[in-house]
Amino acid sequence: MDLNYTHEQKAFRDEVRSYLAEELPARLVNKVRLGKTLTKQDHEEWHAILNKRGWLAGNWPKAFGGAGWDAVQRHIFEDEMTRASAPRIVPFGLGMLGPVLQKFGSKAQQDYYLPRILSGEDWWCQGYSEPGAGSDLASVRTTAERDGDHYLVNGQKTWTTLGQHANKIFCLVRTSKEGKPQEGISFLLIDMNSPGVKVRPIVLIDGEPEVNEVFFDDVRVPVENRVGEENKGWTYAKYLLTHERTNIAGVGFANAGLANLKRIARLEQANGRPLIENPHFAARIARIEIDLMAMSTTNLRVVSKAAAGQAPGAESSILKIKGTVIRQEINALTRSAVGPYAMPFASEALEDGSNLGPVGPDYAEAATAQYLNNRKLSIFGGSNEIQRTILSKALLEL
Amino acid sequence: MNFELTEERQMLQDGLRRYLRDSYTPSIRAELKECDRGYSRDVWSGLAEMGVIGALFAEDDGGFAGSGFDIAVVFEELGRVGAVDPLIDTAILGGGLIAALGNDAQKPVIDAVIDGSVQLAFAYGEPASRYDLSRVETSATRDGDGFVLNGRKAVVINAPAADQILVSARTSGDAADRDGISLFLVSASTPGMTLRSYPLVSGGQAAELLLEDVRLGSDALLGDEGGAFEAITHAQARATLAISAEALGLMESIRQLTTDYLKTRKQFGKPIGKFQALQHRMADVLIEIEQARSAVINLAGHIDHPEEIREKHVSATKNLIGNVAKLVTEESIQMHGGIGMTDEYELGHLAKRLIMVDHRFGDAIYHLERFISLAVA
Repeated sequence: MDLNYTHEQKAFRDEVRSYLAEELPARLVNKVRLGKTLTKQDHEEWHAILNKRGWLAGNWPKAFGGAGWDAVQRHIFEDEMTRASAPRIVPFGLGMLGPVLQKFGSKAQQDYYLPRILSGEDWWCQGYSEPGAGSDLASVRTTAERDGDHYLVNGQKTWTTLGQHANKIFCLVRTSKEGKPQEGISFLLIDMNSPGVKVRPIVLIDGEPEVNEVFFDDVRVPVENRVGEENKGWTYAKYLLTHERTNIAGVGFANAGLANLKRIARLEQANGRPLIENPHFAARIARIEIDLMAMSTTNLRVVSKAAAGQAPGAESSILKIKGTVIRQEINALTRSAVGPYAMPFASEALEDGSNLGPVGPDYAEAATAQYLNNRKLSIFGGSNEIQRTILSKALLEL
Repeated sequence: MNFELTEERQMLQDGLRRYLRDSYTPSIRAELKECDRGYSRDVWSGLAEMGVIGALFAEDDGGFAGSGFDIAVVFEELGRVGAVDPLIDTAILGGGLIAALGNDAQKPVIDAVIDGSVQLAFAYGEPASRYDLSRVETSATRDGDGFVLNGRKAVVINAPAADQILVSARTSGDAADRDGISLFLVSASTPGMTLRSYPLVSGGQAAELLLEDVRLGSDALLGDEGGAFEAITHAQARATLAISAEALGLMESIRQLTTDYLKTRKQFGKPIGKFQALQHRMADVLIEIEQARSAVINLAGHIDHPEEIREKHVSATKNLIGNVAKLVTEESIQMHGGIGMTDEYELGHLAKRLIMVDHRFGDAIYHLERFISLAVA
């Protein structure tokens, strides 16, 4: 047992830390700290800075232009990113599609698409969920019928995160209705500029159009845009999901959120004293911090196993549940901390280019929006209920 | 023991429920989101005509009811539909304080409140006061026959629509003293008072008030100089009852929506309500809502009792309501999955209104601490 990083890992951490200190624009730090909405340009600017250093795709092998880090290095990098209040890396192309193409894509697909992900030429979004399907992904109903050297795609996807920025979407589509629901699914790459693709924003309860519905009406997709074999898409989708579930605990976000909560609690006055000195409030913070300390180590235990080559299995469900619950509690307590200034609806003031100053203290502005928005953490990527079912089957064998 | 409503209150409840169900149509909800006033004038006139506003005042003040149980009945119904009408601000706080402190020249405002022609707001919070009623730094200094007010008031709900605003200001004492707080009835067009208006997460409108050398005549003073604290505390107790009852109505509707969803939404081949894990959680939600109902009844029954008894119930109820509101909101969104996150679906508005209840008149932590100190005393 050694809870400390090795010398090499510490050196790597210092290298990341100093790069972020030099290259991360203060303008972006400020937006992340205040919970402002990041624009497409903000993301692209930050991706380009990381790509310049070869750090945009930490999980990709060097042969494909990635950094080739192991699980511990990736953990250190993500931890330093959140510590520095850097914008998160948009995961759809880099974290999800990239690994699938590297493992299952054709040489032509790898040569064409992977560099475009790194350069930012393509912004990918994910076409998995459908109305009425939720965590039951195998029930996909969007169809792709063969028509010569094309597929004709019809159907609807939903919860397409940041789809409004994307020019490409990777989709699960039904190519056969025979056999079990998991069979007969194919994995298709679709250009969003194709005739028949329509995107409709869904406004969430925080007032932001973060997700979208995507409609396909007789969309013609070349057969060479299929990844791997026809009707074997479920295999690729499952592989992608294991990648989606890295950094699922969100320890970095929780640490940043907790630090922000404490800062607010020191600035807010309750009864003429800093809120953080209120014993009942302090007790709630302490309970979260104690949980987070243990969860960080649970996370490292899984990370270190993964670095040793053991793919995380049902353990990631433990991290998903505990990690999201902790982050949601931090959001709830932050909302409490700002008191009556949680009530103003700040949607417009959080947009770029708004010249509306905050109604109350600047740290109060995004508190309610973030609380509401992060209710999604326990719903998406396989809801926490699904995760509990996985745990009870896989680890408890019930 | 009798927990049944009287015949009059039953009639009030039935009529109001029918009226609100017909009034709060999807189109009016959409309209209200865009509207700078924050509520519908038509719905408001309807409430006045039905006698709903009058039911919040005692006969001596020109109303016909005004007890704790009347307040509870009215606000539970408003909560059921997620109504955004500023009845707490205009009637319970504004009207209630004028009823408690106003002189013969000021009292006619209450008649105008009851007939629906006047809107009020109560500006008592300040940027540093959080939930403390005694923490007033806005100053009112004597100026010949009248007063000059300077300061800033925070999150004044319904101020953008208010014809008159009740403003608390310190005429003597230090920041947290109970004595020395005075109350003024200020016309919205008074020079020196500027509003920065904005929408609220829960619907409706509020404003920050900047008071710069606001000159008022002596006739603007409500009640005795420096002696408003007790009346403010009592008005806030009634407002806490109102918002707690409103929260209860919101919880009932949210529970109904969620139960209906569990019955209709199918996943893995069956309605998700057939999964025992969800059934047990819904059962816990049900238990906690029944606790909330009892807490509201407790507060309604003690609202006009002596201060030390009343305030213990205020804090007990608001603490419990805050905790249950969080549970009901979070569980209902979770059990709805993605659809519960969307702004279009009815749950969104109700859940946001419910969760924002905690940020008015003291949150669960504030009232836990207050209950402990009151219980020990």
